[in-house]
Amino acid sequence: MTGSRTTAVLDRDGLDALVGTLRALGRTVVGPTVRDGAVVLAELSSADELPFGWGTRVEAGRYRLEPRADGAAFAHTTGPHSWKAFLHPQRERLWSADRTADGGLSYTEEDAPQPSYAFLGVRACDLRAIAIQDRVLTGGRYEDRGYRERRTGAFLVAAECTEPGGTCFCASMGSGPAAEAGFDLALTELLDADGHRFVVRTGSDAGEDVLARLPHRAADPRADTAAARDAVAGARERMGRAMPPVDLQALMGASLEAERWDDVAARCLTCGNCTMVCPTCFCTTTEEVTDLTGDHAERWQRWDSCFDLDFTHLPGGPVRASARSRYRQWLTHKLSTWYEQFGSSGCVGCGRCITWCPVAIDITEEAAALHDELADRLRRQERTEQER
Amino acid sequence: MTCAPVPYRVVRARTETADTVSLTVAPAGPSGLPPFAPGQFAMVHAFGAGEIPLSTSCIDGPELTHTVRAVGAVSAALCRLRTGDRVGMRGPFGTGWEVDRAVGGDLLVVAGGIGLAPLLPVVDAARAAPHAYGRLNLLVGARAPADLLHAHRLCTWATSPGPPHCLVTVDRPAPGWRGRVGVVTSLLNGARFDPGNTTAFVCGPEVMIRALARDLVHRGLPPHRVRVSLERTMHCGTGHCGHCQLGGVLLCRDGPVTGWDRAAPLLSVREL
Ligand code: SF4
Ligand code: SF4
Repeated sequence: MTGSRTTAVLDRDGLDALVGTLRALGRTVVGPTVRDGAVVLAELSSADELPFGWGTRVEAGRYRLEPRADGAAFAHTTGPHSWKAFLHPQRERLWSADRTADGGLSYTEEDAPQPSYAFLGVRACDLRAIAIQDRVLTGGRYEDRGYRERRTGAFLVAAECTEPGGTCFCASMGSGPAAEAGFDLALTELLDADGHRFVVRTGSDAGEDVLARLPHRAADPRADTAAARDAVAGARERMGRAMPPVDLQALMGASLEAERWDDVAARCLTCGNCTMVCPTCFCTTTEEVTDLTGDHAERWQRWDSCFDLDFTHLPGGPVRASARSRYRQWLTHKLSTWYEQFGSSGCVGCGRCITWCPVAIDITEEAAALHDELADRLRRQERTEQER
Repeated sequence: MTCAPVPYRVVRARTETADTVSLTVAPAGPSGLPPFAPGQFAMVHAFGAGEIPLSTSCIDGPELTHTVRAVGAVSAALCRLRTGDRVGMRGPFGTGWEVDRAVGGDLLVVAGGIGLAPLLPVVDAARAAPHAYGRLNLLVGARAPADLLHAHRLCTWATSPGPPHCLVTVDRPAPGWRGRVGVVTSLLNGARFDPGNTTAFVCGPEVMIRALARDLVHRGLPPHRVRVSLERTMHCGTGHCGHCQLGGVLLCRDGPVTGWDRAAPLLSVREL
């Protein structure tokens, strides 16, 4: 990304034009919209479909839409969907195999053209989640080609958070609420005496190019730019939750035999909801599909969950037979072993796993309990040593 | 999305035991996969059944041999293949044994059950360069005499002065068995090695790896000189499916071969 960066202001017509322009450029525009009592991510044909006038009230295990009098479009929190459903879809064909007339086999790699997406309303936490999946799926020795094509072709319009939810904790994970990098355009919605408007910053040449096609005006440094910064700073102060401010990687490493795992295992249904809604969870399994002729087989990949009993097994049976070990795998992977594997945390603090857990298990609460248990253990050890 | 497999042709299918077959495959077309190092694995596709990770028990130019035990749908389908049948291959994946690490010292090759298969290329490599290494020991354990893989080779080695210095034991003897009975760890006393200058290559069930590695470290081998090959479910081979995690290790990428220094803390936690 090169070139100078612009800050401007769009009004409601500008937002309409943004969706229209991205569609005219041949992009599939995906953004938040209200469906079945939730804000979900779906293809948008116009900005009218954005959740104007809807907010969300979220708590552990609870999610509710609430009408808002101010008509805000981006005052909701993260919903049950994340952008991974588009970049790393739930099901994807990898390759096909065909028996040839001479008794041979031929393999064909999937190379259908990938959609050219524009994502509208990407939260800061989700920008970070996308960057994390980039590293997992394209940052190593082998890259997931389908992911890379969809990803490099995608145009990202961020929407900074001004109304955080009860389960949000991105501030404590250093991943929000301000959008700092990785976007083409970043919007901050303002509703004040100066009207309903969107302060827009460009983050790439592609973003500059799109902005130039939209009706916009220059941003006033005080009334617009500073107001947007203040609104986002206010959100930082109103996060519903926070991760304990400790070295989580070390905490998890020292807690593999903690008693807390039994406590959480007694509550966890091992349903895997948390892994499905998490924007960084990437695990997949594969399946073989054959047609009736028996001469054509296809290899499909689909999302999988480490909460599945069969996730990993040895000749003797499942490796992680207990709920305790499966919850431990999920949490230690998110907060600790992810660093060893991919150089960062696997959690961005979006709060989805807390909101969508049917029994209200809270990742921040579990981390805090593990921290308390470890601190307790260390204190006791110290005492015994002193007594000796 | 990963690269599609490359078609290979079965050039030989040899029955090893009641449930185990050695399949030798060669590229069906003009080009095959890049060369495999001992200990690396391929993802082998049985048409219509699926794909599984298999290490190589023999690497002969472009010809690769996989020793497969029928334990699931895909391995059973592979065990049914005949000469001329086709499979799809992806790879090579993972870390190898890096036999070179043992240059100038003694070698302890220790196998339990099907774990012998991926270790045979280590024996072949050491035998091909006898001056590079010290003494070559091959210690093999199996459940019963009928489960011994590559029995003819083992028999020749066990009854000749070597190399390799080959010792074989079984858990449950059968009528006519005149060899040793007991766990593979019990063979260590008969092995010829200087613990201060030995590299061990170990493959087998996890209980056996654990017992053997601990014993070797107790005898004075530095943990990083005990190389172990570990197993977990694998769907991709490319570090993307997440199934082969063992703590911070992705076995398809950082393994399957790793030092005991790295493996010990991971294998000491139940259900990790
Ligand atoms: S933590 Fe909650 S969402 Fe996750 S598996 Fe357990 S019950 Fe399901
Ligand atoms: S672990 Fe939970 S809070 Fe963290 S990124 Fe995943 S869903 Fe969001």
